[in-house]
Amino acid sequence: MSQPQPHIAVVKMYKAREEIYPREVSGRFSRLRWLCVWLTQLVFYGLPWLSWNGRQSVLFDLGARKFYIFGLVLWPQDFIYLAALLIICAYSLFLFTAVAGRVWCGYACPQTVYTEIFMWIERRIEGTRSARMRLARQPWNVEKVARKGGKHLAWTALALWTGLTFVGYFTPIQTLVHEATGLTLGPWEWFWVIFYAFATYGNAGWMREQVCKYMCPYARFQSAMFDKDTLIVTYDGVRGEPRGALPKHEARAERGLGDCIDCSMCVQVCPTGIDIRKGLQYECIGCAACIDACDSVMDKVGMRHGLIRYSTDHAMKQGWKFKQVRERIFRPRVLVYTGLLVLIVAAFFTTLAMRTPLKLDVIRDRGSMGREVEDGLIENVYRLQIMNTAETARHLRITVHGIDGIALATSNAIDIDGTTSRVVPVRVRAPGSRANPGSNKITFELQSLDGAKLDVREKAVFIVPR
Amino acid sequence: MADFTNGFWDIYIAVLTLVGILGCAVLLWSQSKQKVLVDGEKATADATAKALTTGHIWDEDLTELNTPMPRWWMILFYLTIVFGLVYLVLYPGLGSYAGKLHWQSSTAYQEELKKADAEYGPLFDKYLHQDLKVVAADPQAHAIGERLFLTYCSQCHGSDARGNKGIPNLTDQDWLYGGEPETIKTTIMNGRNGQMPVMGPVLGSDQAVTDVANYVLSLSGSTHDPIRAVFGKEKFANCAPCHGADGKGNQAIGAPNLTDKIWLWGGSIDTVETTISKGRSNQMPAWKDFLGEAKVHVLAAYVWSLSNDPKAAAQTAAPADNAPKQ
Repeated sequence: MSQPQPHIAVVKMYKAREEIYPREVSGRFSRLRWLCVWLTQLVFYGLPWLSWNGRQSVLFDLGARKFYIFGLVLWPQDFIYLAALLIICAYSLFLFTAVAGRVWCGYACPQTVYTEIFMWIERRIEGTRSARMRLARQPWNVEKVARKGGKHLAWTALALWTGLTFVGYFTPIQTLVHEATGLTLGPWEWFWVIFYAFATYGNAGWMREQVCKYMCPYARFQSAMFDKDTLIVTYDGVRGEPRGALPKHEARAERGLGDCIDCSMCVQVCPTGIDIRKGLQYECIGCAACIDACDSVMDKVGMRHGLIRYSTDHAMKQGWKFKQVRERIFRPRVLVYTGLLVLIVAAFFTTLAMRTPLKLDVIRDRGSMGREVEDGLIENVYRLQIMNTAETARHLRITVHGIDGIALATSNAIDIDGTTSRVVPVRVRAPGSRANPGSNKITFELQSLDGAKLDVREKAVFIVPR
Repeated sequence: MADFTNGFWDIYIAVLTLVGILGCAVLLWSQSKQKVLVDGEKATADATAKALTTGHIWDEDLTELNTPMPRWWMILFYLTIVFGLVYLVLYPGLGSYAGKLHWQSSTAYQEELKKADAEYGPLFDKYLHQDLKVVAADPQAHAIGERLFLTYCSQCHGSDARGNKGIPNLTDQDWLYGGEPETIKTTIMNGRNGQMPVMGPVLGSDQAVTDVANYVLSLSGSTHDPIRAVFGKEKFANCAPCHGADGKGNQAIGAPNLTDKIWLWGGSIDTVETTISKGRSNQMPAWKDFLGEAKVHVLAAYVWSLSNDPKAAAQTAAPADNAPKQ
């Protein structure tokens, strides 16, 4: 036995990531999560391949500054809708986090979804949990090279396809894929495809729960959105403790043991490597794998489900049944969020539907305020900037009102192609005697001559020299 | 060219920057390990436990944790330091050091200009080799010309090109220096400087000025005092050298035609008197260096088309004129 000697020990203040080998799990929530994976990825990978009006249905053409979403063409002037969309996203986040905790994290977040897919690939190639752990301990032989190499190859292929798809939302994907296969991509396309592929490969293949634990801001402030009636993944300590393993035939209650048989399945399936029996921790992404695992073990030992279940703080402290929990779901906070969300979503879609696909800006010439022409008329010159945001060409007519006898001295008819803007200089004449000296308020009116019945008005000023 | 009046500031900036970056590295390195005084066998566990809190305790049991950072985070931080140092070797940032790549915003601008010229140059060169009347009939050239006009010319000549007080109307047939396409191009390229001399002292008196003004108005059939006009006619000999004995003007020197009802500065009797007695100075800027001949060529064709029908001109032009010059 060595003498206890005081000495200096050096402690490293950074630690390498401990590899987590989540065990396979199946159950109700696992099926729900995979449903979300399928839905989100079908939309993500599938949408750019749909066509609309001879072009890609969803295309964010940054270069031409136009966002195409099916029949809608959004211009930079429509940026307010993006702001509204972000507000809607924020409120829906508040709503379902207040109701059911980190459901975004566990079911819909791209980090979770891609990690799930990558871990599925890993399971197919490297095997079950114990097989993977054995492979990691094993020295580098042919099998290890083949399995690890194959996994990384599959990951890289999927990551590149993901990168291509992501860039395909900004450049037409059919051209992109054609160029990629022919290796004729432009330098910026190369860069972004590889960038997003690298991000996908890195985050889903290597980083996994490190993103949730250390990088994601949502993980840090989500607890502020919970209250005591939020449904969270809960270990029923009252029922489960004290935990202990016993042969099945022995009566647990007599031995003073709770329902938890300490099988540690809940720890083995956890993708963030926590023990939910310690209570809700910030690492828990609410994936409910532990619920599925515990329920399936309970089936095997003949006890009822729900040792780990979705429950609330109030329910645990006051021993509520699920009926009472369900009542509290529709509490004031949730109702207010829902009400606000319904209002904002309704307003968003209404304004979007009622949006006029024609914009008019009037810029008065500053060089000459007003000039006198024949017959005692005063003439002002304007530039009309006309933006046709829709994809159909239009025949338009411009008229001007506000002074008795005011009219355009240039042609009334304006033709404009789809998704273009035009600058049209116009001359407006009015009888000087029937207007006020100085500035007069007038209105330009732009109307469509086809059946679309578009009508846009814009105010302007007509100057009569004193 | 030095950025500062004293070389000290270059060194100051360089030193501060490097100290900051290397300071971050030192900070990382020094905080990546903790030395903990421990006893005996349980050394490792004790040491780790001690290191995990900062050691301060508030309110009896409140401790501040000092949980280790993930190693990948530390590595990334070191990588950003390396990136920063590599960047400062390649690009300017340490005082007046120009960087190995010699990047400058002025040369970056020149590169962009070269790229733009390479992309748009061929289009303008195509038009440059065509006759101005042919260019005027081309719809694409017309659209380009209109945009050029609205950008560069409309501030003075108006969005409708009808001019202003002291600025000519480009849509009429009255030209100070000549309305042929080549002449218009020369006007735009080299600019014009029109000077109406101060004739007040030459004529002698306000009465004389008024007489001449009335005579001038009579030349275009505008309202005038006929008696004064008779006196004015005698004194018009002072004006004839530039405006011609018939008052029809001289395009060689930009002397306006006084026999029409188009007035550069105004046609009222008062305005004409002011013009005569005080003179006028008119400036058309030269666009040769600013736009280059190719753009001016398209612009000149557009301006000419404002007062002429290009299609009609194309039909009357000889076939040889329409062939693009090689």
